[in-house]
Amino acid sequence: MIELDVAINIALFLTITGLVAGCIRMFKGPNSADRVVSLDFMTVLMIAITSLLALQLDNAAYLDLGLALALIGFLATVAFARYVERNSKRPDTKPAGESSSKSHE
Amino acid sequence: MNDLVVSVLIILGGFFAAVAGLGLLRLPDVLMRMHASTKAGTLGVGLIVLGVAIHFGESLIVTKALLIVIFLLLTAPVGAHLIGRAAYRTGVPLSADTLRDDDVMSSRTSDSQDP
Repeated sequence: MIELDVAINIALFLTITGLVAGCIRMFKGPNSADRVVSLDFMTVLMIAITSLLALQLDNAAYLDLGLALALIGFLATVAFARYVERNSKRPDTKPAGESSSKSHE
Repeated sequence: MNDLVVSVLIILGGFFAAVAGLGLLRLPDVLMRMHASTKAGTLGVGLIVLGVAIHFGESLIVTKALLIVIFLLLTAPVGAHLIGRAAYRTGVPLSADTLRDDDVMSSRTSDSQDP
């Protein structure tokens, strides 16, 4: 029979391993889509870490932190994905103002 | 008994999180990395939050934990779809082993048009 504290420590170690992997991918990522993927992944893993902290410290208020982190992480993912997509559109799909300003370059 | 169930759920969730991180490091492509991180990561976090809900066992905390799980299950596909669409439209280079659907479609249509 395994103790609960040992299980919490093992789960924290495994989760932080995944978080370090996401961090390495964010540094190495060849383009910005990789970095958005790793940001989303790290936000999800931070929810897991706050839940494990709620277990270890025996304080259920950390679950509220996880809920807020889930909301903010989704908004950040959507915003960064829109930013990446808008930042590299082709010139013929740009609005009229930008294409006219670029035409005399 | 309760602690045993919670321990198994937590360690299984941590295992899935570590496997998702390994896939995020080792897979060769943006879409494959997204496949690893989104699905395995969401499953791992869902298992961990479920274990926390079983450990506390009060109705308010169980409601909060289920809210986290439902919100993650709702938003993870939407976020992954947006990232995948952005990666596809910005022309991120795919892995060399990828079979492009355009080639298959053009070869099939040319085969059907030849005779």
